[in-house]
Amino acid sequence: MGQLYLNLSSESVMIEVKELSKTYQLGKVDVHAMVDVTFRIDAGEFVAVMGPSGSGKSTLMNLLGCLDLPSSGSYFLEKFDIRSLSPNQLAEVRNKRIGFVFQNFNLLPRASALENVELPLLYGRIQNSHQIARDSLERVGLAERAMHRPNELSGGERQRVAIARAIVNNPAIVLADEPTGNLDTQTGDEIMNIFSSLNDEGATIILVTHERDVASRARRIIQMKDGRMHQDILNEGLIA
Amino acid sequence: MLIYDLFKMALRSLIANTMRTFLTALGMIIGVASVISMISIGEGARQQTLSTISKFGTNIITVKPGRKKTRHVSSDSVQTLLLSDADAIEEHVSLIIGAAAQVYRPAQLKFGNKNTNTTVRGTGRKYAKLANFTLDRGRYFTKEEIISARRVAVIGATVVKNLFPDINPIGQELKVDGNNYLVIGITEAKGALSWYDPDDQIFIPVTTAQKRLFGMSYVQSIDIQADKIEDLEQIKKEIDTFLRIRHGIREGEESDFHVQNSSQWLNSWGDAAKTFTYLLGGIAGISLLVGGIGIMNIMLVSITERTREIGIRIAIGAKKSEIMEQFLIESVLISFIGGGIGIMLGILISRTVSEIGGWETIVSTQSILLAFGFSVAVGIFFGFYPARKAANLNPIDALRYE
Repeated sequence: MGQLYLNLSSESVMIEVKELSKTYQLGKVDVHAMVDVTFRIDAGEFVAVMGPSGSGKSTLMNLLGCLDLPSSGSYFLEKFDIRSLSPNQLAEVRNKRIGFVFQNFNLLPRASALENVELPLLYGRIQNSHQIARDSLERVGLAERAMHRPNELSGGERQRVAIARAIVNNPAIVLADEPTGNLDTQTGDEIMNIFSSLNDEGATIILVTHERDVASRARRIIQMKDGRMHQDILNEGLIA
Repeated sequence: MLIYDLFKMALRSLIANTMRTFLTALGMIIGVASVISMISIGEGARQQTLSTISKFGTNIITVKPGRKKTRHVSSDSVQTLLLSDADAIEEHVSLIIGAAAQVYRPAQLKFGNKNTNTTVRGTGRKYAKLANFTLDRGRYFTKEEIISARRVAVIGATVVKNLFPDINPIGQELKVDGNNYLVIGITEAKGALSWYDPDDQIFIPVTTAQKRLFGMSYVQSIDIQADKIEDLEQIKKEIDTFLRIRHGIREGEESDFHVQNSSQWLNSWGDAAKTFTYLLGGIAGISLLVGGIGIMNIMLVSITERTREIGIRIAIGAKKSEIMEQFLIESVLISFIGGGIGIMLGILISRTVSEIGGWETIVSTQSILLAFGFSVAVGIFFGFYPARKAANLNPIDALRYE
């Protein structure tokens, strides 16, 4: 058991990752999907994680999203040592502190847009879930499509529902895994506009992508290569 | 997540696959319906048997010849009981209304050009009363007729139907194994059991049967009627002691007769019928089990189909227990629905059986509760493994599942 709290100098630190490694066993072979990754992300940052496939960026996302536990190293989210949490506590972290946006939207097909957005609130046993979910849909400009099912919505609309679902609990971080990967350029831009404006409102966003255009919307770019962190640069172009 | 929301979700996914849900529930429907209808048929048969048997009188003690150990072996040929035993019992044993000896054999009856095979029962004067036979017409034989072994007969309703379909039998002479017997009475119909028709017999004086018809010196049983049912045990003891002394049986030796009463008989018949009911219920229960396996099968398919959904739910914060509850509720809901429909179907089947088949059927609350409880238990039991499988899915793999 590690220490539960990390003494951080800055109050605004959201994520602190130290020498994070993940090794999978494939038969008798150890696959080092991620090796000694260390970085810190402050509240309100907009970070793009880039890299070719197999570079370990998906592994990083799974670890940051508490869907997987690291083989070694430490991961503090809002000062909580993720490795010290029980499975139920991890579920609660995923529910309340992390918002996921996926490439293929991952909405429940039989539920309406509103019900999809409401679902995290139900798992979190939050009162007045209907109204909160409606407000969240409003934030992504989809209030009038609330009663439609995913198959009645366009790709862009589906992704907006997914974003509404991700932010409905006011999470500490929004993790987006190739959110524009299944969308045309124009719709992709619209989705990125939503991320940008959410970031302007103060949300911390971490986005995995392999498209330069998409990454250029972020203020910081982390480059992954062969499971290691290759580069960690500020996207000066955007900081006016 | 609140149980209400889990319920709503489970219901929605069942409705989304109405046909599949129905087919899965069908296993439970058939299982529950067959348990309920089988038990109702078994129960009905039991009740009917018992009520018919009790028509023979429950305050009757029967003495039969033979060793106690041969209870289940035919004791027809054992010759240890005599007519005089019956008279002696009537005279010396207290608390009884009367005793009547009897002998019986199948024989051929003839009247005119009609003939029938039936049981000829030679009895004492009090037998009719003891065996709960009332006379429809005519009279039973007198003491005088017994003493002088007259050829007179009282005949059952079935015999009347077979031999005298359109004339009054009283005063007619029918032939029993070639000898003429005067019909002096007709017993009132008692109604037949499936295995025994008490109306298909004729009664003649026991002496006539012994001397003139069967040529036997012994009797096959002696029926004793108790005044009060509470005294049965005491009377049995008294008869036992009395007959042992009379037959000269020493202490430690086995009796050459045995004493039983009809309530014992009633009990053992009731037990047999109960076993029959359990057997039917058990066989039907197997179909419940098969229905349960059907549920498990479909739940496993459903979970594979919904792997990605499970991944999404885990990603947005569902706990293992909540995933498990969701699928458990689904399987229990299926068995619940199946159980409910099954109960109605079962009641319908048992009604139909008693309408068409003419059998008495009894649907007991007990059997309904049993079948319903069992079906829900089956739902939980067979839903458990698939639900646990769902809860233990790796969210990363589940989210990637195509």
